[in-house]
Amino acid sequence: MSIELKNITYTYSPGTAYEIHALKDINLEIPDGQFIGVIGHTGSGKSTLIQHLNALIRPTSGSVLYNGEDVWEEKYDRRKLRSQVGLVFQYPEHQLFESDVLSDVCFGPMNQGMSREEAEAEAKKALLQVGFKEKNFSKSPFELSGGQKKRVAIAGVLAMNPKILILDEPTAGLDPKGRDEILDQISELHKARGITIILVSHSMEDVAKYVERLIVVNRGQIAFDDTPREVFSHYQELEAMGLAAPQITYIMHALKQKGLKVDPNATTVEEARDDILRALKEAGSPLLKGGNEK
Amino acid sequence: MGIIKALKLGFDYFKYDDDGNIQETQRAVDEVSVDIQEGEFVAVLGHNGSGKSTFAKHINALLLPTEGTIWIDNMDTMKEPELWKIRQKAGMVFQNPDNQIIGTVVEEDVGFGPENMGIPTEDIWKRVDESLQKTGMAAYRHHSPNKLSGGQKQRVAIAGVMAMRPRCIVLDEPTAMLDPNGRKEVLEAVHQLNRQEKVTVVLITHYMEEVIDADHVYVMDEGHVVMEGTPGEIFSQVDMLKKYRLDVPQVTLLAHELKKSGVDIPDGILTTEELVNCLCQ
Repeated sequence: MSIELKNITYTYSPGTAYEIHALKDINLEIPDGQFIGVIGHTGSGKSTLIQHLNALIRPTSGSVLYNGEDVWEEKYDRRKLRSQVGLVFQYPEHQLFESDVLSDVCFGPMNQGMSREEAEAEAKKALLQVGFKEKNFSKSPFELSGGQKKRVAIAGVLAMNPKILILDEPTAGLDPKGRDEILDQISELHKARGITIILVSHSMEDVAKYVERLIVVNRGQIAFDDTPREVFSHYQELEAMGLAAPQITYIMHALKQKGLKVDPNATTVEEARDDILRALKEAGSPLLKGGNEK
Repeated sequence: MGIIKALKLGFDYFKYDDDGNIQETQRAVDEVSVDIQEGEFVAVLGHNGSGKSTFAKHINALLLPTEGTIWIDNMDTMKEPELWKIRQKAGMVFQNPDNQIIGTVVEEDVGFGPENMGIPTEDIWKRVDESLQKTGMAAYRHHSPNKLSGGQKQRVAIAGVMAMRPRCIVLDEPTAMLDPNGRKEVLEAVHQLNRQEKVTVVLITHYMEEVIDADHVYVMDEGHVVMEGTPGEIFSQVDMLKKYRLDVPQVTLLAHELKKSGVDIPDGILTTEELVNCLCQ
């Protein structure tokens, strides 16, 4: 089970003055069960890229294979593909339209052919799994806060039981706690349902904390595809692409430059804390209070 | 008295039933008193639904108080004849750049505000030139706004507000939808306006890193101002901020964690330099 992109090229408005090569010769394999982050500056081509994954747009050239089958073959069931590869767009308020939350989440599974009862069962399961409280099921989606709307939008896709869940900046505009809650729940889903998660994000700190594989898109091409730790060690190249490393990475580099023997490639607060403590201990630093062995 | 002064400001949202009767009242802002001086850079933090946007909309009289009073440059927003004058004093920039750009060419979009104010054409162009220069967007004046990046669009939106020559500019999560570079561009433009033009800035944000250079920080929760102080004072209270669903910059969090693990460093470290200097004495 996997998605494979082979020599994908995509051109907007081909043959006109506005022709833009959004993707150039992309090759990518997404095996089952990974937690993947996608970063890239605005206009780098990352949204175009993810829309190829569930056949929302057709590549100008190249092929998209799902479990080895070309999804643009004439007889391929792309409707089914789209229920297996779920996409949550950036603005959840744009994809909610029903009069109450539960009906909204039922829409997807009912479209797949489930009865209202079956769909409701799936919808309830999905809503609870994203941390949406049962007492709010009958509320209008328009009464909800930004964080709640995002949860409903994610549940709406989840209720279709996708094998792959793609989220385009699911936390934009959320407060820090809301952001952590949503990402923690996505991470839980990844573990509990074993589904592949593809997270598009502008927050380097978030991808450093959650993903196991990080894809960097730049000028329609894949610039890096590796672990976050490895990718962020190229922070100067990332900056040239309009991106950055997590703040932690900069701190660790600065410390190393000043002579503290730390691992400059730490990307999360916990990693950095443990590593700095180790380095201080080794250096016999007077900053460590009594109780710590020298 | 500062340029923005609120005294026991309160605001209720109403929910109406089908017959137009009030069904439910929700207090979004409660007993908020602030006094913001001209030229200050002020940040407002608070979780989603804490009332910060509702408060911000009072600054240019998009919302009028249910209780209490707010004065912008000594003008009470409840006194209707002052309304348009107030809106010219206090400009607003919102979160989504695509929702606030109306022109088909950058310079037209920037000129929209002053044109509406009845400024003579010649002066409009002067103002457009100036504002585009101040936000670093002069090179894009003949471009179509929809071909710009998010950070550039926001800078056009800021230029559009600046062309109205406001004394105060309110930015409601202007960077929430931007990539790291776009965030940097917008923040630099705002700081520059504050420093060089002495424009009072009220910045609402969920990015704690954007707040460390502010003069003063307000934290809101359930409609109240629950904390206020300098960034150093605010961010030294990590646990308090977490309680209000907020966070601290990564460097502050790291320093806090190190301190908890027994390292002898002070509270409220805000920058990488501070931390590095503390650890590598």
